[in-house]
Amino acid sequence: MVVGSVAAIGAGLAAIGAGIGIGQIGKGAVEGIARQPEAANEIRSNMIVAAAFVEAVALFAVVVALLGNG
Amino acid sequence: MHLFNFYQELRLFKNFITIFAANFEIGMYLNRFKSLLVVSLSLMAIIFSTAVMANENHATADTNHAASTAATTAPHEAKEEGDFNVTETILEHIKDDHSWHLWGHTSLHLPVILYTSKGLEYFSSEKLVDEHHEPAVYHGNFDYKLVEGKTKIVDANGNVDIVASKQLWDFSITKNVASLFISVIILLVVLLSAANAYKRTGIKSAPKGLQSFMEPIVLFVRDEVAIPNIGAKKYGKYMPFLLTIFFLILTNNFLGLIPFFPGGANVSGNIAFTMTLAVCVFIVVNLNANKSYWEHIFWMPGMHWSMKLFLAPIELIGVFTKPISLMIRLFANITAGHILVLSLICLIFIFKTVFASAIAVPFAVFIGMIELLVAFLQAFIFTMLAAMYIGMATEEHHHESHEGAAHH
Repeated sequence: MVVGSVAAIGAGLAAIGAGIGIGQIGKGAVEGIARQPEAANEIRSNMIVAAAFVEAVALFAVVVALLGNG
Repeated sequence: MHLFNFYQELRLFKNFITIFAANFEIGMYLNRFKSLLVVSLSLMAIIFSTAVMANENHATADTNHAASTAATTAPHEAKEEGDFNVTETILEHIKDDHSWHLWGHTSLHLPVILYTSKGLEYFSSEKLVDEHHEPAVYHGNFDYKLVEGKTKIVDANGNVDIVASKQLWDFSITKNVASLFISVIILLVVLLSAANAYKRTGIKSAPKGLQSFMEPIVLFVRDEVAIPNIGAKKYGKYMPFLLTIFFLILTNNFLGLIPFFPGGANVSGNIAFTMTLAVCVFIVVNLNANKSYWEHIFWMPGMHWSMKLFLAPIELIGVFTKPISLMIRLFANITAGHILVLSLICLIFIFKTVFASAIAVPFAVFIGMIELLVAFLQAFIFTMLAAMYIGMATEEHHHESHEGAAHH
């Protein structure tokens, strides 16, 4: 029971990190598109890729939390 | 944790569709795909809800049954019905298995193929389980039993014979292997028919049928992945490799999202599968690496010699961490997606009421849609990183800049 709770806290902390990270990426992309609307497509695809990277790190934490849980 | 990302991902999904429509001019196909998506999702919803209903009735019938025959019920059954273990159920669904569930109580028993000191042996996996789906001993050349999902040799008392089990080579067609075969067949049919169409009509005429579905995807891999990362001169040599990993991951990701028979296996969420792909990338990258790549690893140009000594081990570790991160990224993304969908469905069994499905099923469908994006995105990311690593390994460096940096 205690192990499970600690794992959940770990996953939650990872979610905070990923939330901040993806927020920063979204902010950067929107600002970039606002300044240079003609580069919107390129910025958007780069944003998706970067977001996937950030999310992957959070998912690493989820996997670790799961292993800790099991 | 996905909860935080839902809104962003919803936006990403919308953007992704616009990118698709804008960049590849396949609005027409997107529309066709959209209606297909709607049909498949509603089908999924119907099947989910009926499955849930059936399970619910089944569960209540079983508890009544259990109550009436409480004295005679086996202890493990009582435990199974009594407290529902979410973690266990989810892990059971995402791991590899010897049987493939079709519908109701029907499942496909896949062959077990074993190689031991007494030679090759094969039998149905049905013989490894008894009528309660508990591991049973099968008497072949040795006595075999499933221990935590793995086939082991046991002695007469049912204890694992560790020494003999080390001699056991398991080549079984498991659920993942069978699913991999299915995806290979799908890929062969689709890609070979498209390739034949090009052979027949040449590259100048307008594409038709499947060919026109595949062409924008292949061009996408070429124009967005290979050329920017590897360079216009050298990309041709690596295109077959990149397209193979892209389509293999994409097909397996999509098959994994189908909750029933032809799909349902968690292939790309299996670390052995992703490791194999990562090892392939590792081999391709390091075999094609040029002199300047190795120079940058072992003797970084433009640095003081003490710094070079310090950087060499770090760069050497980097050679291995790149494929390892590829491996874990794909594995974690797909596994997390499956766990998410399963835990939403598990909510119904946690609350023990069918009304929980009113929330769980739409939410699961929503996650399923996000997973469609993730399935594509992870195939794309894996291919793009592979191309990037190849590009880094084959890049020609201009040493003037390094020498210039050294003088400063």
